[in-house]
Amino acid sequence: MFGYVSRRVLSAIPIALIAVTACFFILRLAPGGPFDGERALPPATLANLRAHYNLDLPLIQQYFLYVWRLLHGDFGPSMVYNDFTVAQMLWIGLPFTLMLGFSAFIIGTAVGLFAGALSAVNQNKWPDYVLVMLVMVGLVVPNFLMAAILQLVFGVYLNWFPAGGWQNGSLVHLILPVTVLVLPHAGRTARLMRGSMIEVLGTNYIRTAKAKGLGQRLILARHAIKPALLPVVSYLGPGLSYLLTGSLIVEQVFALPGIGKYFISAALNRDYGLVLGTTILYMFIILAVNLLVDILYAWLDPKVRYH
Amino acid sequence: MAGLTGKDAVLTEYAKKLETLDAPKGRSLTQDATRRMVRNKAAVVSIGVVLFIVLFAFLGPYFLPWTYDKIDWSGIRKPPNFEAGHFAGTDQNGRDMLARIMQGTQMSLIVAGVATLVSVIIGVVYGAIAGYFGGRVDAVMMRFVDIMYALPYILFVIILVVIFGRNPVLLFVGIGCLEWLTMARIVRGQTLSIKEREFVEAARASGASSWAIIFRHIVPNLTGPVVIYATLTIPEIILTESFLSYLGLGVQEPQTSLGTLISFGAPVAETLPWMLIGPAVVLVSLLLCLTYIGDGLRDALDPKDR
Repeated sequence: MFGYVSRRVLSAIPIALIAVTACFFILRLAPGGPFDGERALPPATLANLRAHYNLDLPLIQQYFLYVWRLLHGDFGPSMVYNDFTVAQMLWIGLPFTLMLGFSAFIIGTAVGLFAGALSAVNQNKWPDYVLVMLVMVGLVVPNFLMAAILQLVFGVYLNWFPAGGWQNGSLVHLILPVTVLVLPHAGRTARLMRGSMIEVLGTNYIRTAKAKGLGQRLILARHAIKPALLPVVSYLGPGLSYLLTGSLIVEQVFALPGIGKYFISAALNRDYGLVLGTTILYMFIILAVNLLVDILYAWLDPKVRYH
Repeated sequence: MAGLTGKDAVLTEYAKKLETLDAPKGRSLTQDATRRMVRNKAAVVSIGVVLFIVLFAFLGPYFLPWTYDKIDWSGIRKPPNFEAGHFAGTDQNGRDMLARIMQGTQMSLIVAGVATLVSVIIGVVYGAIAGYFGGRVDAVMMRFVDIMYALPYILFVIILVVIFGRNPVLLFVGIGCLEWLTMARIVRGQTLSIKEREFVEAARASGASSWAIIFRHIVPNLTGPVVIYATLTIPEIILTESFLSYLGLGVQEPQTSLGTLISFGAPVAETLPWMLIGPAVVLVSLLLCLTYIGDGLRDALDPKDR
């Protein structure tokens, strides 16, 4: 197990490096720069600015400089928000994004697993039909539309929850954004869980368990849940990616101060440092979660460990 | 001699039919699949709805008095008004919403079609090559797919779209390049088992090159899973496109897409609800029906689950 884990950790390092490199060069080879404004700057000012941010060095040298600083935890300066370094901006936003993402992740996974299992156990009875309908709604209503509908219904007409804003993280401000993120995640999880659970319930060893007189609860708890979880666990990594993508929208729609808030404007303004920093941070979160998922998978399915 | 149970009766009848050479005809796999598809009511209704939406988007504009970019100066921010020919109201610039919804649906459908095609081509070629050659080639190629899976690739698409301008063609290709990963995995898995079959061995024995074997013998046998997965990719792509459009990175004015329409409709939905309801209904029913069709096709073509 230890060998397996350390192999996975080591293989994540080149992935991270390749992604940083690709992102750096795509961004730099594109036309335009952070100082292109409505009015052109005087050449001397521009040259000074470029020298200040090391943009006058050869590209390859800039790249090594960036990676070297990154290894020391320095994301460089933001070129548009002059008063902040990228690390400061991300450090402010990170707790919000993590709180939003992980609470949606945990709630969504739990709700999805429960709904999927319930649906599979009652296959083709009314609880199954109701749940399948709800899952479909979660799957096909895009998150930005769901956000608009929830804001309108619960924020404006019913006035139960605030339609946006943060207010130092009070719970009522979190309910709508988290719901928007939970619905599609729970939907996908439930769909996978239902399918795999139905498959497991049809296997011979479940029939054997029934034949020797075990109660349904015991069969589910001892024999059915663990193998049925496998496909769901392998979805958790991509699932988190979807969630973080969704948080980009949710942070914009509900005006929350997370790390995704500045991403679009930063990309439009060619704020190299901020775009790279945000992408890298998202990537590290996703890689870390994927690593955890792999370890969980190895624990659930012993076959994986020995490959 | 007829027995006592129902089973005996059936068998006897069957034996009689055989005697008179009136044997029941076998059903091919395609007939079987079609029968299962037709029996799936949700899928059949969904096919009808999608066809209707396609006709609505591509033929509808010819029956309207207004085009999607024409400004009606006397009807700005007006609710549906049948006399003026604005059947779904007008937006803040006085443009007819129904015409704009049709144009937006067209754009979403075109993006979905082209991007799905791109993703299918990349995914099939990549997966078939990795699966057929196997060994180190396979290991390296699939490792790359794993890497791509781990990345927040929507961020890359946003960067690409922002940087290379809002060119619709780039949008199609960019989204297509994003969605091929799962297709490649599925195709590789299928190829691994198909390449061990006798007909591939026969082709190799008769001297066919690796490329001929891959594209003549293996790829045609992948049709089932590829069709199923492509149908399930279409709604994903429509979602991605509307996501990008919602962020303001999609097609440019005066052209529009469903995501763009929703992004303009959402902030004013309290006072001008017709600007949100129309595009939202079309988008959701399109996605819903496509998902049902994909599920129906999977159940029909892949009998494993029953």
